Amino acid sequence: MAEPTVAVEVPVAVEGELLAARQVDLWRAVRRGLVGGLTAAFVSANGMVEAFSERAVLGGQTLGSLLLVAVPVLVGYLAGRPPPVLQGFATPRPGWRNVAGGLVAGLLSGVVMAVFVTLIATFDVRRILINVTPGLVREPPRLLTFGLELGAGGLVLILALNAVLGAVAGTLHLLPARWRRAVFAAALWVLAFAMLQPVIVQVLRGIQAELRIWTAPLADFLYEPTGALSVPGAVAVAALAFGIHALLMREGRRPVRARLEPLPERSRRLLRLVVLAGILFLLGLLPQILGPFLSEVLNIAGIFLLMALGLNIVVGLAGLLDLGYVAFFAVGAYTTALLTSPQSSLGVGWIFWAAVPFVVLAAAVSGLAVGTPVLRMRGDYLAIVTLGFGEIARLLFLSDWLKPTFGGAQGIIQVRDITIGPIEIGGPQAFFYAIFCFVLLAAYVTYALQDSRVGRAWMAMREDEAVADAMGVNIVTAKLSAFIAGAMLAGFGGALFASKIGSVFPHSFSVIVSITILVVIIVGGMASVPGVVLASFVLVGLPELLREFAEYRFLIYGALLIFMMQRRPEGFIPSRRRAEELHEEEVGQDAWLRSQATMQQQAGPAGDGRSETS
Amino acid sequence: MALFEIRGLTRDFGGVRAIDGLDLDVDDGEIVSVIGPNGAGKTTLFNLVTGMIPAGQGDIRFGGRSIVGLRPSQILELGIARTFQNVRLFPEMSVRENVMVARHCRTRSGMLKAIFRAPSFRREEQETRQRAEQALAFFGSRLIGWRFDTPARSLSYANRRRLELARAMASDPKLLLLDEPTAGMNPRETQELTELIQGLRDETGVTIILIEHDMRVVKGVSERVVVLDYGQKIAEGAYADVASNDRVIEAYLGRTATTA
Repeated sequence: MAEPTVAVEVPVAVEGELLAARQVDLWRAVRRGLVGGLTAAFVSANGMVEAFSERAVLGGQTLGSLLLVAVPVLVGYLAGRPPPVLQGFATPRPGWRNVAGGLVAGLLSGVVMAVFVTLIATFDVRRILINVTPGLVREPPRLLTFGLELGAGGLVLILALNAVLGAVAGTLHLLPARWRRAVFAAALWVLAFAMLQPVIVQVLRGIQAELRIWTAPLADFLYEPTGALSVPGAVAVAALAFGIHALLMREGRRPVRARLEPLPERSRRLLRLVVLAGILFLLGLLPQILGPFLSEVLNIAGIFLLMALGLNIVVGLAGLLDLGYVAFFAVGAYTTALLTSPQSSLGVGWIFWAAVPFVVLAAAVSGLAVGTPVLRMRGDYLAIVTLGFGEIARLLFLSDWLKPTFGGAQGIIQVRDITIGPIEIGGPQAFFYAIFCFVLLAAYVTYALQDSRVGRAWMAMREDEAVADAMGVNIVTAKLSAFIAGAMLAGFGGALFASKIGSVFPHSFSVIVSITILVVIIVGGMASVPGVVLASFVLVGLPELLREFAEYRFLIYGALLIFMMQRRPEGFIPSRRRAEELHEEEVGQDAWLRSQATMQQQAGPAGDGRSETS
Repeated sequence: MALFEIRGLTRDFGGVRAIDGLDLDVDDGEIVSVIGPNGAGKTTLFNLVTGMIPAGQGDIRFGGRSIVGLRPSQILELGIARTFQNVRLFPEMSVRENVMVARHCRTRSGMLKAIFRAPSFRREEQETRQRAEQALAFFGSRLIGWRFDTPARSLSYANRRRLELARAMASDPKLLLLDEPTAGMNPRETQELTELIQGLRDETGVTIILIEHDMRVVKGVSERVVVLDYGQKIAEGAYADVASNDRVIEAYLGRTATTA
């Protein structure tokens, strides 16, 4: 006998009136405003505003003033957002409250900022807060008051600007959702174009140089000589983004995937191949278009990506929190250096590829060496112990004891470039291909293992170790194999790193590397390959590209981690598998219900003591 | 010779003797219920048998071989599978994957085969999948079809219990330990599961030991009832005999009852 297995939601207030809509909360707006103001004061006091003022981003404005302006916009938007509609409550109608909420929050953040500005203008706080330079308020360029003197309208400007921006952001809630999203898209695109100026200019010029497509004038149109996005350029980008988004999001439009569904399997496979070939072709051209500097940035991000994919196996799939992952990176790098550098203690000077099997071996052995003692540990304890192992590895490479082998603080120099036959892969552009191949390999390995007996054992262990054991998973082998698989990928990363830099030093393998990789996989999404790819470009590539971020890198990482843990613990791009499962659930549920309905019609309305539960 | 024998099993937790010199024989194909008041040591018995907690003194023999000191995964491989009192699934894994995990000890392919997608790997994977789906199909339409790919956490309570049972069955056990399989189910589901447990034994010949508080289930399904109290076996026999046993009534009600 069949039984519908869907939970039927019964509205709470079936008969009575809906309760009055919950409106924008004034106190919430006040809180948001205060938090926003304090944030703005904080980033001013720690020097971020000043550091970011070096970069012109939009017309005459710098990234620093953009940061100051972003605060009221953000808090105004959040404060003006109507609270989520609960069951039994009416949906609030957008109105003046949204604007008022934004206004209050913006004004309050302005008030906090005004107090801060007055404070640092009146007292000299530089003894405590070294980054509060005179250039913020006292002397030109007066970054915090946008050039005005405090008495001559500076305070008024801060208050008015904050209030107006907050109110404008609150007004966004008056727009229908579709238009609001289009506005967001436009803002994001403009921001991205402004921030990624070096990349976009280089790409446009590179395309002209490589493909003879006339794209360089576009770069001149978009950007001013200072590197800022020009006003007409910004307008064009915003209009384009707005238009595309509004068009894509129009009602009744079916997603591409759904349109492809009815195609026969053969043409779908063909389409997939074509898309894949196109992507590969573009990627092949990429380093030429990007030029040496950007390729170098890409390579650094790529090495981190390779390691993140490896750690993803250990942490994301097997659930073993390893904070000493850098140890395997170091092992890979030192093995390569020892075997390929004629200057090393071994002095054999092999080619790179001859060293690779030994890298694999050394990484596997070190994975085993770290994995064996921690077999009985879980969670926090495992994290602490592996943290210790990471440091031990670095200190061993640094030690006087092993100096004859590893060269102590002087490290090993003259690591050979990768060669393919007679061709030497020097230079960042050629190196990109080597890294790309290894990353592709790592991504494939991740996918292949995820969907296999071993991968299932890892996941079961992650979910509940005791039960996995009771269900026949040999915990010892599962843990060790996860450590070994992760260690091998990190070993490849180390090998590439060593031959890219041409030398290895112990200080390259500090605990910060482990932490960075962990942040990448947490922010990107555990066990999600696309998420890890995106996060390693944003978190590792971007600070390399925009040097003013590099100084505040860890502040940003920390803030991002807190935000992710609070709001999106599954990561920016959660594991695709999971997303697919949820998607299939819906589709499957519909199909199921339909088949049930037809069956029932055929069978007639026979009473069948159907239970509500299950 | 009995399929499963326990001799003089004793286990202390600090000063508490959870299992006290327990002897138990279970024959091949039998369905035995273990009952007793809360804290009598029933779940501890299961934990000891499956190796999830190390045994104290005494011996546990399965198929003529002592299994004391083996790891839980080895014990499962020998053919003892269990379910848990508080359902313990792998919540983020799909329904099918949950069951496929139980085939782990019956399959062999390792990392290299998975990476190179060797033909033997594909075959084994296919077979694992089929076996898992077969095990799930045992519960009629409840856990099949689109449910295969839903995460286990999205299942209803009763379905989680069923999934746990399917997972245990997928490992091809000779002895199945069910820890309160009907806890939290409504009378209809309980009835259904009772029939299912019997059907399971009749079809696959698996031996079943179950812990149960619902006396209707105990009465309906078990061929023999073992009563534990303070870790000791206080009665054993057919349901009717045990139910009228004075010591049993005393253990449950706390006083000597006059025959009502």
